[in-house]
Amino acid sequence: MKIGTPKEVFEGENRVGMTPDSAKQLQKLGYDCMIETGAGANAGFSDALYKDAGVEVVKTAAALWKGADIVAKVRQPEAAELKRMREGQTLISFFTPAANDAGMDAAKKKGTNVIAMEMVPRISRAQKMDALSSMANIAGYRAVIEAGNNFPRFFTGQITAAGKVPPAKVLVVGAGVAGLAAIGTSTSLGAITYAFDVRPEVAEQVESMGAEFVFLDFNEEQADGAATGGYAAVSSPEFAAAQLAKFREIAPDMDIVITTALIPNREAPELWTKDMVDAMKPGSVIVDLAAEKGGNCKLTVKDEKIVTDNGVTIIGYTDFPSRMAAQASTLYATNIRHMMTDLTPEKDGQINHNMEDDVIRGATVTFDKEITFPPPPPKIQAIAAQKKEPIKELTAEEKRAAETAAFKAQTKSQVTLLTVGAVLLLGVGLVAPASFMQHFIVFVLAVFVGFQVIWGVAHSLHTPLMAVTNAISSIIILGALMQIASGSFLVILLAAVSVFMTGINIFGGFLVTRRMLAMFQKS
Amino acid sequence: MEFGFTTAAYVVAAVLFILSLGGLSGQESAKRAVWYGIVGMALAVAATLVGPGSGYWLLSVLMIIGGGAIGYQLATKVQMTQMPELVAAMHSLVGLAAVFVGLIAHIELGRVLAMDDAQKKALEGFAALLAKKDGVEIGILRVELFLGIFIGAITFTGSVIAYGKLAGKVDSAATKLPGGHMLNAAAAGLSLITLIWYVNTGGVLPLALMTLAALFIGYHLIMGIGGADMPVVVSMLNSYSGWAAAAIGFSLGNDLLIVVGALVGSSGAILSYIMCKAMNRSFISVILGGFGGPAGEQMAVEGEQVAIDTDGVASALNEADSVIIIPGYGMAVAQAQAAVAELVRKLRAQGKTVRFAIHPVAGRLPGHMNVLLAEAKVPYDIVMEMDEINEDFPSTDVAIVIGSNDIVNPAAQDDPNSPIAGMPVLECWKAKQVFVSKRGQGTGYSGIENPLFYKENTRMYYGDAKESLNKLLPMID
Repeated sequence: MKIGTPKEVFEGENRVGMTPDSAKQLQKLGYDCMIETGAGANAGFSDALYKDAGVEVVKTAAALWKGADIVAKVRQPEAAELKRMREGQTLISFFTPAANDAGMDAAKKKGTNVIAMEMVPRISRAQKMDALSSMANIAGYRAVIEAGNNFPRFFTGQITAAGKVPPAKVLVVGAGVAGLAAIGTSTSLGAITYAFDVRPEVAEQVESMGAEFVFLDFNEEQADGAATGGYAAVSSPEFAAAQLAKFREIAPDMDIVITTALIPNREAPELWTKDMVDAMKPGSVIVDLAAEKGGNCKLTVKDEKIVTDNGVTIIGYTDFPSRMAAQASTLYATNIRHMMTDLTPEKDGQINHNMEDDVIRGATVTFDKEITFPPPPPKIQAIAAQKKEPIKELTAEEKRAAETAAFKAQTKSQVTLLTVGAVLLLGVGLVAPASFMQHFIVFVLAVFVGFQVIWGVAHSLHTPLMAVTNAISSIIILGALMQIASGSFLVILLAAVSVFMTGINIFGGFLVTRRMLAMFQKS
Repeated sequence: MEFGFTTAAYVVAAVLFILSLGGLSGQESAKRAVWYGIVGMALAVAATLVGPGSGYWLLSVLMIIGGGAIGYQLATKVQMTQMPELVAAMHSLVGLAAVFVGLIAHIELGRVLAMDDAQKKALEGFAALLAKKDGVEIGILRVELFLGIFIGAITFTGSVIAYGKLAGKVDSAATKLPGGHMLNAAAAGLSLITLIWYVNTGGVLPLALMTLAALFIGYHLIMGIGGADMPVVVSMLNSYSGWAAAAIGFSLGNDLLIVVGALVGSSGAILSYIMCKAMNRSFISVILGGFGGPAGEQMAVEGEQVAIDTDGVASALNEADSVIIIPGYGMAVAQAQAAVAELVRKLRAQGKTVRFAIHPVAGRLPGHMNVLLAEAKVPYDIVMEMDEINEDFPSTDVAIVIGSNDIVNPAAQDDPNSPIAGMPVLECWKAKQVFVSKRGQGTGYSGIENPLFYKENTRMYYGDAKESLNKLLPMID
């Protein structure tokens, strides 16, 4: 079968869905590759490079759509492209299925199977085809670079002969893939980086990237990111208020703010209000990565860079990946190639659209003239749910009450035991002769001492304890010694044998214990 | 010599023995504690030799020296891994000695009772003591020596079987003769009947019958307890030997015997109780031999065991920052403790955090692993108990399981039908990566499948623990 990649028709889109490298890999899977002439030019891949890689270069988009069994592209198809789709063709691209009814209907009518790259489920196995992540990574990096481009100072603090330069302070809002990439870039440029996210469990990731997590003074239980496939959920009004208050507090200190907060299939939440922008110093930069969905800052103008009255630059570009077309194309083409690998388990150049497969099923939005969006939830949970810590802080009164109760229970059980013991002793004393009672008291006391002493023995010393009690239990030798003198030969024999055996025990037991204890040492 | 001196010596000895046991609360004080025990024992024996009622002291001393020489040989030659066997074997000696001493008391009693008043007056020592007793006291004496022989006989055969199981000479699986607990109950019933018979007649026949019954109980009781419960069994036998000594002490009217016997008896009982708690088993069901079988179908284990080679383990260890090692009986069997210690030394030299997690019932004797690690010169302050370290597994990079199985079995928490359900286990599967050093794919001592081996973050490192570690050592740098 043939895989073809047309030139992107969207204005200003520089990326391409196939690179010479990915074409070579696709050919290994048994596919023939074709590309529209000039498709890779803006990303730095000339037709000649494709030809060298064994890709057929076709003159027009029409010819490509006609010849290719599988079309792999970047942007969601435009109206003209939708018309070119044909039955049995497979289209792999971004498709925004939730907001693209026209495209869905067209694909359904034409019988084209559409795999939407943004619908690839977030499970470990599918990471290699997660184009959203690879694009977000680029966006996060580029956002810092763009900010630096418009920021009139150093990122890193310096003390020079010409004076002291304070380090830039960067706030990254939203610690998703883009946010983390922005944090990494910003810290490695030397800025002091702060980060915030509504999912408290990402604090660890933020800190691992070298940024400081901005904690809110807020106690409400946050929705676990694991339940929503690793994406943020909508937060409660109280939480949003607490969050804004915190931002308002730190806004005057921040030199660069990068907002990346997006909630799937919703307008971007407003996180950076006008009064915060007003509070910022002149020369500060805001990069709004959510500009496409309305922006986290309401002053953002999509696809434009504006400067406010108080000298704050707000960047609302939405084409960060396209601005790094070579890198973005390489990563995206690799995501496509991995998708093809999963679609071609036999490596025979024939597509096997397995709707039982979690990843393929999740990404497919139309199949066999049916709309298959939205997909059922994946069978495998994306991320292990965070364990809730059930520890409840007891108040001082509750603690005291619990202690008193425990103390009372202990007293009760001890008194009961003592009473029963005393009654039993008295009972025995009533019938037994005095000579027996004398010994019996000794016995009871010794048992009691034993109980008291042994509880304190360290666990690691249990084996020495056994050895030493073993040695001590040969005290029975006293019995044999006392009897050896009186009586017949048989008595002497038995007593002598007993003395002999216990002799073994005494020496063996103590020596072994000493050997063991001598081995314990501190480091 | 004066009787007062003997009593005074006994008091001192008793205090020394108590200090000796109490001193085991810490590693450092324990070294002093052993000396207390030794001095106490020497004092007690010396006081008895010079005290009233003894004679043939030359013979006694010779016997002690002879026995001592053998004991010395045994104690210095024994491998640390054979410690459980040695302790069990020595218990059997105490048990047998108790039986003999009880028998002597019986013979003496018979002889004294046959005498007339004039002869009684001429008696000395133990016999003289017997001669003074009246009817009720003689009855009590008979009960006491009967109990001494009974417990001693159980201790004797029980220890012999325990020794056999630990040394691998007897099959360690729990086996019972047809009839099971009924046989034990019958033997105990028989003993009770012979007790009444003996108290009334004082004849030798009921005593002999009872001895046989007790020997049988000891044998059958321990046969019915599986290998994994051996730590409990050994400490329980220890307890029995103490009670036997106490019973004999009563019949001989010797307070030191009573005190020490009671000390040993109660300490062994508590130790068994602590062990049982650690395994979440009923104390009663373990002492009575065996416990209930599984209540239903056990969970089937899914997945497969993934093997790993030495290179993989080495690179994971080189990258890890924190390592926890969980040794088990397999380490003792393979004599791998020195290799383990060397591994730990190398890892620690690289600045990694390396600790040991010791389950209370790891090995075949309480504290078995601690002793082995100490022998290999592992510092005891990195050897942690289960409760101290269980919470640290999630923040640990690598957990290495060396020859342990049941104590790291997640089924104890997940599967209510597992035979070990509810037993506290080391939660090593929460570590980022788990390596299991194991000889083959077989199940552990208790014969239970271990789901740990099938977990995604578990890699099986097959082979004899010592050989595997020795292959691994040069690769750690």
